[in-house]
Amino acid sequence: MNLRRLFAIAFKETLQVWRDPRSLSIALLMPLMQMVLLGYGVSLDIRRVPLCIYDQERSQTSRELVERFVASGWFIAVHHLADARAVRDAMDRGTCAGAVTIPVDFSRELASTGAAGVQTVFDATDANTTAIAIGYAQGVIALAAADFAARWAAAHGTRPPAAGRVDLQPRVWFNETLDSRNFIIPGVVAVILGLVGAQLTSLTVAREWERGTMEQLISTPVTALEVMTGKLIPYFAIGAFNSAFCLCVSVFWFQVPFRGGLGTLVLTTFLFTLVVMGIGYLVSVRIRSQLGASQVALILTMLPTSLLSGYTFPIDQMPAPIQAVTLLVHARYYVTILRAVFLKGSTVLDLAVPILALVLYAAAIVWIAARAFRKRLD
Amino acid sequence: MWARGLHRRFGAVAAVQGIDLAVRRGEIFGLVGPDGAGKTTIMRMLAGVLRPDAGEIRLEGVDVVADPERAKPLLSYMPQRFGLYEDLTVAENIYFYATLFAVPAPVRRARSAELLAAAGLLAFRRRLAGQLSGGMKQKLGLVCALIHTPLVLLLDEPTTGVDPVSRRDFWGILYGLRERGVTILLSTAYMDEAERCSRLALLHAGAIRHCDTPARLKAAMPGALLAVVTPDARAAHAALAGAPGLLGLLLMGDRVHVRVDDAARRAPELRALLAGQGIGAADIAPVEPAIEDVFVALLGPGSPP
Repeated sequence: MNLRRLFAIAFKETLQVWRDPRSLSIALLMPLMQMVLLGYGVSLDIRRVPLCIYDQERSQTSRELVERFVASGWFIAVHHLADARAVRDAMDRGTCAGAVTIPVDFSRELASTGAAGVQTVFDATDANTTAIAIGYAQGVIALAAADFAARWAAAHGTRPPAAGRVDLQPRVWFNETLDSRNFIIPGVVAVILGLVGAQLTSLTVAREWERGTMEQLISTPVTALEVMTGKLIPYFAIGAFNSAFCLCVSVFWFQVPFRGGLGTLVLTTFLFTLVVMGIGYLVSVRIRSQLGASQVALILTMLPTSLLSGYTFPIDQMPAPIQAVTLLVHARYYVTILRAVFLKGSTVLDLAVPILALVLYAAAIVWIAARAFRKRLD
Repeated sequence: MWARGLHRRFGAVAAVQGIDLAVRRGEIFGLVGPDGAGKTTIMRMLAGVLRPDAGEIRLEGVDVVADPERAKPLLSYMPQRFGLYEDLTVAENIYFYATLFAVPAPVRRARSAELLAAAGLLAFRRRLAGQLSGGMKQKLGLVCALIHTPLVLLLDEPTTGVDPVSRRDFWGILYGLRERGVTILLSTAYMDEAERCSRLALLHAGAIRHCDTPARLKAAMPGALLAVVTPDARAAHAALAGAPGLLGLLLMGDRVHVRVDDAARRAPELRALLAGQGIGAADIAPVEPAIEDVFVALLGPGSPP
């Protein structure tokens, strides 16, 4: 490897990217746009579930119960309905995701026996969301029931029925506020870096074929390794800039807690960038048109990264064969690492397995890419 | 530089079939032939960017087929399609190629000033290559090809689409190189350019039909050449087809070149034939064959093997 030739290739490539609006916009605008879209758009949290209220009694107690639903923050009361048919209609039209029906004798029952029934109906078209909403509703009702029971006991001069009760006292670790954004954002960073890196490098060799500059380039003494390394250097710089940008936005804008070491972050991001750029370069060597190469790179990185990396769909919930496939998805390791570094503060040692996987991946891709480019027209 | 038994197929098409050529040091060697004759394929194989299916190429003792990378520092290749970076300036392209060929910076500066001056490009150093005219692009290609003083220069149709002034600059540079002992091999579709070469290979359908100096190729042309100058050369060209003793006909602007077996005997016959057709032949006289006549005579239908 001749360093001056390497520098010449890197310099030339830098000038070309700098003067090419398409490359430049992929390099700098795509991360910004995706960070905003995915960071704000994707949230697994269920908040403000729209509820219909069919309060048959309209007593102080029944109103208190409704109030508790709204005060929890998980629900909003969008309609107050007058009959059961209206409940059905509202559900059909989709104006509410659930309905709470408070029977006409609610407070009377509560006063005489200390217990009363409330009916909730949920639209389970989206099973996941509904399960979470039901959980929230149970929580609201359980709290209300405990308060009502205590009041009833006080009124009747007895102790609340506490015997034999087991209390669950949940503590959540690493994402104490149970904010799904803290979990999603590190994944978003991985998706963006994976996508943009491969897009950029997928153009680099294809551009030379398309514009007819390759024939003259391969007639010079430059080596395949110098071409690859020289071409990747400017994209590495862009990748480093994008990584820093996305990670800063995560921490300072989206306020994702960062508990790990900067060194771990830099090391693993470097490895991941190497893999991503290697993939893009390989595609570029194989496909001699810029459009074709960028499409293939998009498919190769977008689908596995967004579906199989564990970024949105948990890998341990996938069927076994799909889980096996995810082992080949480079982003899976980086998503795991990023989440652990951000939320758990994991160290290089804690993350030895995924880091090793990335190292192997990077070595394999670079090895293949270095051999893929032949200085020949055929 | 020599090549022996070069063969190359593209799928079902045999682009080059059994080429032998030897180019002496300091020679300007021309490859001439119609489109599809295999000129570009030969150039690419000689440049080490395309592998022949069979055959051997040696450049200053280096085996180009087995070890193209050892040959590349010795040669410069200018492809038919403009191969420089249009989004880089003139100076940046020169810097790039100079560095790939490991030209030291002082040498690069001196040579690029000298070459740019010869090419008339000194004022355009900072212009993007994509904004140069066709002729200026080709001259820049030559400047980049010559920045490292190659032993062998391979030029694939270097002056196609180039204005006459630029072509003159171009050839001025080539003659200067020959003085320094650089071997030049070029393909061309221009006959006047072919005439400037020290030797020519006439290519047809992937094979060399004739290879000699322009003068000897002209001498080898069978028959004698008459120029028929008339106000209506096109009509004359049509009328002369099938004339007795005719070996070949070539329309050249305001005249028709007629190749016949015996000039002295056929000239009056042709004049009579044209007069009979109502075409007033202003002048019929023997002429020296141009290389174009030779080319048509030697490669055209019914040409000698």
